[in-house]
Amino acid sequence: MSGITRRQALYGGTAALIGAALTAPAAGAASTRSGPTPFSEVYNGRQIQGRSTPGANHHHHGGPDYTVFIDGKELHIMQNADGSWVSVINHYELHSSPRALARAAVNDLQGAELSPLP
Amino acid sequence: MSVRKNQAHLTANEKREFVNALLELKRSGRYDAFVSTHNGFIMNDTDHGDRVAHRSPSFLPWHRKFLLEFERELQRVNSSVTIPYWDWTADRSPDSSLWADDFLGPTGRSTDGQVMTGPFAYQTGNWPISIGMDRRPYLRRSLGSRGVQLPTRAEVNSVLAMATYDMPPWNSGSDGFRNHLEGWRGVDLHNRVHVWVGGHMATGASPNDPVFWLHHCFIDKLWDEWQRAHPDSGYLPATGTANVVGLHDPMRPWNDTTPADMLDHTPHYTYDTA
Ligand SMILES: [Cu+2]
Ligand SMILES: [Cu+2]
Repeated sequence: MSGITRRQALYGGTAALIGAALTAPAAGAASTRSGPTPFSEVYNGRQIQGRSTPGANHHHHGGPDYTVFIDGKELHIMQNADGSWVSVINHYELHSSPRALARAAVNDLQGAELSPLP
Repeated sequence: MSVRKNQAHLTANEKREFVNALLELKRSGRYDAFVSTHNGFIMNDTDHGDRVAHRSPSFLPWHRKFLLEFERELQRVNSSVTIPYWDWTADRSPDSSLWADDFLGPTGRSTDGQVMTGPFAYQTGNWPISIGMDRRPYLRRSLGSRGVQLPTRAEVNSVLAMATYDMPPWNSGSDGFRNHLEGWRGVDLHNRVHVWVGGHMATGASPNDPVFWLHHCFIDKLWDEWQRAHPDSGYLPATGTANVVGLHDPMRPWNDTTPADMLDHTPHYTYDTA
């Protein structure tokens, strides 16, 4: 996860650096088998949270039983077969955990608010 | 007969006509319907549930049909327009003519990723973004700045050499041609190009960037190349499989088109090179 630290350090520079660090999907595979742990933190000025949502009504979004929020608004996420994660903001790039995904989304958003899920 | 051409070989007039047709579809609202459809499938295609447009065998026939529908809309505006393809193994630089102001316009500025010049810049008033993850109304890109390189021809050839179309579990964990081309596994061709472009192209609403069509046109052409290289290999699965579109199953959202209907593109268009 050193990539995240590097990305954090670089943030505040240019958009060009966003998402520069790819995280290894294998790193998250083991931990997600028992479900990712909840988190809540302020990252680059945004409140990011993740928690499991047992029996969640996410099936129409095709999402897992785990939900990520940025400043209280839901980020649509998905877990891949190998245990890695993608979100609707970083859909073609594998991330090791929902927290890494939330941080990558914050970097991409550059302060913009998430739109409500369709 | 429609001929789809390498974008690098388009004349100034062909570029102008393609751009003008895009702007007209955008103005009429028909463009955003395609963005919205794509985003809906991205969010609903899951590895362990129903999957149609992505992370599944029907990734290729679904996008072939999607591009065909889009090309028909373009041709309602101007019957001489076809979707060009971007061979990103050859045109690998942000300085390529693809990204010039007379075509798709350049990368975004460093502060907010906003594309500032060309036909799709926000200030033109012709390209407002309305289907997206957030409320930023301008097209964004960050060409080549996410720490990935565009795939090379050698990498493409390594994927074209895979003789089996797709394999169980028919998702992002599969071995075989489709998933290596899509990019969830191995050298990663298609997914990596989305990431290389960045901005909207990295999101589920990737068709907000017109380069989406040129990228997928080349992916479609690579499927054609693969078929020529492996005449004895066909689409799989051939028969009904849970959550997955088999050879003769209809694909959403059209419901009147199966992968079998999409295997041969020549009734609809040809490519400029065989
Ligand atoms: Cu797609
Ligand atoms: Cu794509």
